[in-house]
Amino acid sequence: MHIPDGFIDPQTSAIFAGISAVGVAAALKGARSQLDEKTAPLAGLTAVFIFAVQMLNFPVAAGTSGHLLGAVLATVLVGPWAATLALTVVLLMQAFLFADGGLTALGLSVFNMSILAVWAGYAIFLLVRKILPKNKASVSAAAFVGALLSVPIAAAGFTLQYAMGATATFSTSTVLSAMVGTHVLIGIGEAIITGLTVSAVLASRSDLVYGWKNNKQKLEIRSAS
Amino acid sequence: MAGKTISRSWRFGVLANRKFYVIGFIVSLFLAGVVSFYASSSPDGLEKVAEDIGFIETAKDHSNVDGALADYGVKGIENERTSVGVAGVIGVIGTAVVAGIGFKLIARKPKKDGN
Repeated sequence: MHIPDGFIDPQTSAIFAGISAVGVAAALKGARSQLDEKTAPLAGLTAVFIFAVQMLNFPVAAGTSGHLLGAVLATVLVGPWAATLALTVVLLMQAFLFADGGLTALGLSVFNMSILAVWAGYAIFLLVRKILPKNKASVSAAAFVGALLSVPIAAAGFTLQYAMGATATFSTSTVLSAMVGTHVLIGIGEAIITGLTVSAVLASRSDLVYGWKNNKQKLEIRSAS
Repeated sequence: MAGKTISRSWRFGVLANRKFYVIGFIVSLFLAGVVSFYASSSPDGLEKVAEDIGFIETAKDHSNVDGALADYGVKGIENERTSVGVAGVIGVIGTAVVAGIGFKLIARKPKKDGN
């Protein structure tokens, strides 16, 4: 869902560049209090892994492919603030090194994937985790559902940007149904990859997993910082 | 945290940590460097929707379309498998450097002033 230059007009692109800049600045601040020396390397590895897996387009329907977005994967592993930063690093690398995603459209893409998909996915993850028993399988299941929905949500974010500033004149409702329909399918792949990866990390290093720790340790006294 | 077992858990943590991160990094290198060749080359969701509806025409060429690594290939490497593989490896290492240093700086808690 890397938006090329030209789809969305410069005005709307500028608005979203501003929103994204504020969001990323807030994430820098938030991650500072959320990460420590133990979890910072996992945030780095998460960005690396998402970059790698984003190269692996899988077929979804006739003549269409999709790849991992990684928003919920990152959120569950390292928390939403660091997830926003990890996704943003990946998008910057892709746009500047690999010419994937337009440079003037960067704010649009960062908004949809690093901010909207992360925070909406995180909210869904928390909601699902709350109604399930407190065990590792529930964390994986909640990550699965959050990932599944995060992709069509990001697609809806693009549609909002299209409605605000498309350079083309096709109706927004046509774009909305096509975008959400296609990305529900991609969301299934997203959910499978996210569920499997979260399960693997939970099995090997559950002590590092944000979405598991902050469930288990709710009653622990937090150190003042 | 757990004061009494700190030395033991520290030793265990160091070993497990190194193994965990080495495995994670090698898996990422393998996916980007080798498996990426087998990725689907069909248009992605947004591209396909733009083609079907018709607004793909409004896309402009990327301002860096002729860059050395544009579109996940290394300019000058003819063999496609090698080209995408090397691009993937460069991307993984580049992301590791940027994200690794960035997150390390963010997580650093200044003990005193200065540093």
